[in-house]
Amino acid sequence: MSDPVIEILGLDFSYPDGTVALMGIDLHIHRGERVALLGPNGAGKTTLILHMNGIHRAQTGTVTVSGLPVTPTNLLEIRRRVGLVFQDPDDQLFMPTVQEDVEFGPRNLGLTGVELEQRVATALAALEVGDLADRAPNHLSFGQKRRVSMAGVMAMEPEILVLDEPTSNLDPASRLDLTHALIRLDVTQLIVTHDLLYALEVCPRSVIIDSGRIVADGSTGEILADAALLAAHRLALPAGIGLLADAPNRPNESG
Amino acid sequence: MSGAHGHALYVHARSPLHRLAPQVKVVSALVLLFAVISTPRQAFWAFAIYAAVLAALAAVSRVPIRFLLSRMLVAAPFVLLALLFPIVGSGPRVDVIGLSLSQAGLWDMWNLLAKSLLGLLTAIVLGATTEVADLLRGLSALRVPGLVTSILGFMVRYVDVIIGDLTRMRLALAARGHHPTSIRDWAPYGKAVGAMFIRTYERGERVYLAMESRGYSGRMPDSEAAEAGRREWLLGLVPAMLAWAVALTARMAT
Repeated sequence: MSDPVIEILGLDFSYPDGTVALMGIDLHIHRGERVALLGPNGAGKTTLILHMNGIHRAQTGTVTVSGLPVTPTNLLEIRRRVGLVFQDPDDQLFMPTVQEDVEFGPRNLGLTGVELEQRVATALAALEVGDLADRAPNHLSFGQKRRVSMAGVMAMEPEILVLDEPTSNLDPASRLDLTHALIRLDVTQLIVTHDLLYALEVCPRSVIIDSGRIVADGSTGEILADAALLAAHRLALPAGIGLLADAPNRPNESG
Repeated sequence: MSGAHGHALYVHARSPLHRLAPQVKVVSALVLLFAVISTPRQAFWAFAIYAAVLAALAAVSRVPIRFLLSRMLVAAPFVLLALLFPIVGSGPRVDVIGLSLSQAGLWDMWNLLAKSLLGLLTAIVLGATTEVADLLRGLSALRVPGLVTSILGFMVRYVDVIIGDLTRMRLALAARGHHPTSIRDWAPYGKAVGAMFIRTYERGERVYLAMESRGYSGRMPDSEAAEAGRREWLLGLVPAMLAWAVALTARMAT
């Protein structure tokens, strides 16, 4: 198999105040995979993804992106390869117009002229937000902001798209738009969430992280079926879903 | 509030003034402003011409008069202040409909009112015909340092976000029974502003992380402002040049 897109080996990290955030993380993500990163609040999910694009440096262990180690000299290329979509789109959409915001990344990569225009148009079209190009970000709906911030990252043509809680604050229709967009995008994806049903809908593989360690890594269906595992790591399916699973032989409504 | 496009000062319309390159509009507005300010206050006719020029520009811009007038209200405190000058002013006094007013004060009032209202009208027409993003592009075309235009851009981008946060905080205070009736009830606002400061600071950090994640390395990418041609500059500067001709004539005549 080719180089994994993300290869993390023996990664440890603790914050300056001594709080241990990550311990002995080993994680491989291969091209074309869509992986959910699950875990309770404070498990280390965000700390882990900030290592993938070099905002945090590994204290011990290594992080490699498509064969390129995360080191200070490689930072720009690493940040092109790893596209991070933040939780609050208002943090990410800082330029006066959608067009300029989507241009921000490619311009930092040195693109100009026709090449830049094409890159931006393709990214806007991929997220179906081309008609918003001239709008100011503060006048968009939350769902639109989410997709525009993804377009800004896709315009850098990343090898992996990393999304931090992409479904938070979305109404059901915007959530569905997002699902379609993610499934349609032809890029490796790592989706940080505690929305287990969303993981099941979108990601064939899931990884659970808790207290800075990876505690499960496997098919999303199997992981979500393991109620004891979920409960041990403060994850839970919505109440009604659990009941359905417990009562597989309930009477058929038509009969 | 404005529509989906642009800021609250912008009026969406198609007019030659809307199409004019932003850098030309900025320079023209500034030059016109200086002409107005440097005009001797006795030259009533000069101010009448400035008002006519601005009225013509406003008509060309297709910005509704109601909009212009409502935006002029921002000058109300200065107008009130100016109205006090003749009453509190010293020196020889004149009787106007039974009131004894200071002559010098009347002149000061007229000077302040005429110049500030004309200046304000210029700024309003500029704002109503130029989107913020274009204004920033215009400023960078005029070689205003990138740091300054980015700070202005961030300010415009986040002012709504911050106002939204503040509004929600005030609602949250009211929802838990905060009902200010006197200045002594304002203490929670102070705490809210403190909390806002920390939130905004933290947002700044997150925005910076997001910028770094998309390859930011200390320099904003240059925005490519459309070049304004010689013809556009000449046409765009006509009102400002006219104003200067009037101002110079007025100076020589007095």
